[in-house]
Amino acid sequence: MSVDALPPRPARAASPGLVLGAALSAVFVVMALVGLVWTPHDAAVLDVSQRLQGPSGAHPFGTDHLGRDVLSLIVAGAWNSLAVSLVAVGIGIAAGVPLGLWAAAQGGWADEVLGRVNDIVFAFPAILLAVMITAAAGPGALNAIVAIGIFNIPVFARVARGSALPLWRREFVLAARVAGKGRLRISAEHILPNISSQLIVQGTIQFALGILAEAGLSYVGLGAQPPAASWGRMLNEAQTFYAAAPWLVIAPGLAIVLAVLGLSLLGDAARDLLDPRLRRR
Amino acid sequence: MTGGLSIRDLSVAIHGRTVLRGVSLEVEPGGVLALVGESGSGKSMTALAAMGLLPPGAVATGAVALDGTPLLNRPEAELVRVRGRDIGMVFQEPMTALNPVRTIGDQVAETVRQHQAVGRADALLLAHDTLARVGLDPAAIPPDRYPHELSGGQRQRVAIAIAVACRPRIILADEPTTALDVTTQAQVLDLLTRLAREDGAGLLLITHDLALVAGMADRIAVMKDGAVVEQGEALDLLRAPQHPYTQGLLRDAAHLPVRTPRPVDPAGPLLEVCGLVREYPRPRPSLFRAAPPFRAVDGVDLTIRRGESVGLVGPSGCGKSTLLRTVLALEVLDRGEVRLLSRSLTGARGADLRDLRRRIQVVFQDPYGSFDPRWTVERLVAEPLHLLPDPPAGAARRKRVEAMLDSVGLSPADADRYPHQFSGGQRQRIAIARALIVEPAVVALDEAVSALDVTIRARILDLLADLADRLGLSYLFVSHDLAVVRAITDRVLVMEAGRIVEEGPTEQVFQAPRHAMTRALVAAAPSLDLALAGRVEPASPVAP
Repeated sequence: MSVDALPPRPARAASPGLVLGAALSAVFVVMALVGLVWTPHDAAVLDVSQRLQGPSGAHPFGTDHLGRDVLSLIVAGAWNSLAVSLVAVGIGIAAGVPLGLWAAAQGGWADEVLGRVNDIVFAFPAILLAVMITAAAGPGALNAIVAIGIFNIPVFARVARGSALPLWRREFVLAARVAGKGRLRISAEHILPNISSQLIVQGTIQFALGILAEAGLSYVGLGAQPPAASWGRMLNEAQTFYAAAPWLVIAPGLAIVLAVLGLSLLGDAARDLLDPRLRRR
Repeated sequence: MTGGLSIRDLSVAIHGRTVLRGVSLEVEPGGVLALVGESGSGKSMTALAAMGLLPPGAVATGAVALDGTPLLNRPEAELVRVRGRDIGMVFQEPMTALNPVRTIGDQVAETVRQHQAVGRADALLLAHDTLARVGLDPAAIPPDRYPHELSGGQRQRVAIAIAVACRPRIILADEPTTALDVTTQAQVLDLLTRLAREDGAGLLLITHDLALVAGMADRIAVMKDGAVVEQGEALDLLRAPQHPYTQGLLRDAAHLPVRTPRPVDPAGPLLEVCGLVREYPRPRPSLFRAAPPFRAVDGVDLTIRRGESVGLVGPSGCGKSTLLRTVLALEVLDRGEVRLLSRSLTGARGADLRDLRRRIQVVFQDPYGSFDPRWTVERLVAEPLHLLPDPPAGAARRKRVEAMLDSVGLSPADADRYPHQFSGGQRQRIAIARALIVEPAVVALDEAVSALDVTIRARILDLLADLADRLGLSYLFVSHDLAVVRAITDRVLVMEAGRIVEEGPTEQVFQAPRHAMTRALVAAAPSLDLALAGRVEPASPVAP
């Protein structure tokens, strides 16, 4: 262990993770927004004469079994993934964080009840709930949002409660209580800002997982319905042709992987930037 | 070539920043060298360098040798054989130094097996002997216990057992007693020096507290800013310190703030606690039987009159903190009453409770944990203003905060900074500003200077004494540090197992303690005067 060869640690610059994560996430979001108004080809037009073509200048990722341009389907499907998982994360934060904060502040029976309800929700697979909702209301993107959103609630409730509990024993919270502040106000002023980095990290993880879950639900036909494009359904439709036309599997698969990876990297970098203790002094 | 640990002209730079400059120390076999200095002076870095445990990016030059064998910048494989076998190390925090999921016997045996070719059974046998040697009698504390089942002092004994199991030639102890209370502290130090002498091992004792080591060190080295400013025979150095920094340290360690005696107001007590009881439920032994609750505070009476400062001392776990939190209405009480300004705090609600709360404020021990890291100092200091019926806002609030910062010795511009930008002593000033902004009558100080270096502690004590004189404050001073309590209080209460066992004027109680607990506390308190008089006796064998 020679210690004299080590150079001084470089000053902290933008980390590669941040750059890569931000770039991938930006591509994903821009693609989703652009896909709303423009795609290279019309993703809904079927042209069976052009079916199962390999990658070419006109169709960079080839065409599917109905002759649709795969690149256009990917671009059009990005919006579906983004919207479903973003709204689902929103549902989880809006309902889960207040519940978790309340359980941590109140303790006792409130905490117990919330904990057991969480356990019950966790015991159901998301797919089962989605099937139930579909059975009652028919399939669609909205049902996918509700199903994924409901499963985000206990996740955020647990993260909020778990991060808040140790803070309630910290001296600065005691000081706030000595200053006469109530539990609600301390939760809002002290606890929430101090758990925000955990929530942001969890938010990006759930966002990424939401994309996966949406893809899974669409794959089994419980997500967005045709003619709306969806990455999960593209995978489903492609599996019959994977030997003859592997690009049909690779393109949506790669899109899912890169979107999930980009969001995860961005979440990590965001946590480092948001914490004043980690900020450069 | 000398025996023992020899450090010659050791310099260390981490990422280009120099942290040690030409440190030279000798720890002789069987000798005790105390390395004293404030936090950040490079004491721990010296020990880490000696063990080859410097953080990544550190560059060390100079020489470190153990019995003539060079240690500095040696390959890791060589050092691994030396650590634990020839050098034993004891750290400050006994809870984190032990593995929570392994029994204490196992952990001692592991060190033995690492360095000696013995079987598992033999290693365990040796571990049992070592534990017995550090005062953990296998009959009372079986080696198959886990760390969490032991008290802090007992855990530190296990850490010492691990350090001495292989009979090392050098023991490095980095603030081994800082996390312990005063009676346990004396016993643990006593044990360390005894073991070192028995084995003929050198002991390097790192501490920030001169008084603590004054009685047992053969030699003392004083460090400041990464350099040794003075070293010599312990008594010579303490009696006639040469370097101004050492002189300052000695002065600050014995520093007594100037307090103007104030007439105690005969008109009614300020704070009155009557028959206070606080109980915690214990786990049920069976489904059908409840355990009797644990009584943390057991019928305590306490009175503070206007213009009077009262100390509350006792070993850790005696219920001081619970009592304090109950008095601050942070915890509900099970029986008794707390009265502030002749009004009952017990059961007060809403505006009434807010008005009472502004009369009693608190300064906590930890200058790091007592501030929300995301708030500016202005917002932090202004937080208790919430208690006023008509809290000032905007420029008025700013003005009030600035005036408060000024009176605790900080600059008004500090209001815009964040707590992590301040040193420990400055943060404690911010905490005092926060407590005083609502002009309370009583300020509770929960170990408020225990985490500070002597020099900073002396300044904070001066500030507290000055504020008490200027603002007519009364303090409730909770501490295990008798020297501090003695410096700043008029009356003292001694607590043991939830009860007040002795009470009286501070000087009288400490001069002529009546209760066994008080006597144990006074005997164990490190004292420079006693050490200089050469009268330090081994600590009395009080059970931890």
